[in-house]
Amino acid sequence: MALELPENVVVSKLDELASWCRKNSLWPMPFATACCGIELMATGASKHDLARFGAEVFRFSPRQCDLMIVAGRVVMKMLPVLQRIWQQMHEPKWCISMGACASTGGVFDTYSVVQGIDRFIPVDMYVPGCPPRPEQLIQSIIDLQDKIQREGTLTGREFETAARQKPKRALIELPILPSRHWDSRLRTLGIH
Amino acid sequence: MIQLASLDALKAAFPTVSISEFRNQMRAVVPPAEIYDSLEFLRDDREFELLVDITCVDYLTFRDAEHRFGLVYLLAGIETNERLTVRCFLDEPKLTVPSVVPLWEGANWMEREVYDMFGIEFEGHPDLRRILLPDEFTAFPLRKDYPMQGRGERHNFPVLRRNMA
Repeated sequence: MALELPENVVVSKLDELASWCRKNSLWPMPFATACCGIELMATGASKHDLARFGAEVFRFSPRQCDLMIVAGRVVMKMLPVLQRIWQQMHEPKWCISMGACASTGGVFDTYSVVQGIDRFIPVDMYVPGCPPRPEQLIQSIIDLQDKIQREGTLTGREFETAARQKPKRALIELPILPSRHWDSRLRTLGIH
Repeated sequence: MIQLASLDALKAAFPTVSISEFRNQMRAVVPPAEIYDSLEFLRDDREFELLVDITCVDYLTFRDAEHRFGLVYLLAGIETNERLTVRCFLDEPKLTVPSVVPLWEGANWMEREVYDMFGIEFEGHPDLRRILLPDEFTAFPLRKDYPMQGRGERHNFPVLRRNMA
């Protein structure tokens, strides 16, 4: 039996409607700590115009945001701050790891720099580049919108699924390989 | 050399001071016991009223080095337009020098930074805490026997998962 619908009525699932609303009004939280932050500002400014994708309202209060953009390296003193801000944001929330440093630590393989924020907070999108161009960041936001539309549910069931998944990367510290040259120098000095 | 008069005066006042030159730059090497008095002499008698920086060098793997740490005081005289490097070598286990905060108030944070990175203790410092690293950090990372990737400090955090807040 065919049901007659008026022309201005569309039938959809409630999940898809909620995701459609959410994806088109992302409110980014700029967690900009380094040069990626400059590109992040350029993305929001008039030339690249993030407003075309409904994500132009950068808020500096985590309670008003649902998309955290971590732009730049995160040092070990900053990571508790990052985690606190992430916990202060309302569900549903997403995270973009922008640039090589936020994703992997980049060139800063030192004692003080966290080697990828995804070891400690959930990340939805990774943007490569050092720093990435604004076009790359816009592409990641478009991809995130696509992900929200495909996976999003009204009650956030997809986050439950993500919480049950094993982390993709090894969360343990890699062993520090001793440098043979360095050890021999220390031994000649009678230190080790 | 513009600092020669000052160096001669320092040498006359403190006979244990040795003077050396490297690429037209003069430096005075002062034993740790006399570092406070010699810096006070330079400030009051030779008009080095500006302490530019305090820093430190770890000579652990340095070729021909006799001492472990070299403390560096960079002085400048605003009126005389002179600059002078005063050095002080330290060895374990006695990594202690008197603080120069009574002479220059600005030495407070410089000495805290040297303490933070090298573990040199400044006796008489009003507030010798870590300045850059977190308080719970246990190592002194600019020492050469500290591995560059650290000893796991950068991974000592709780892991936040989805739906935990």
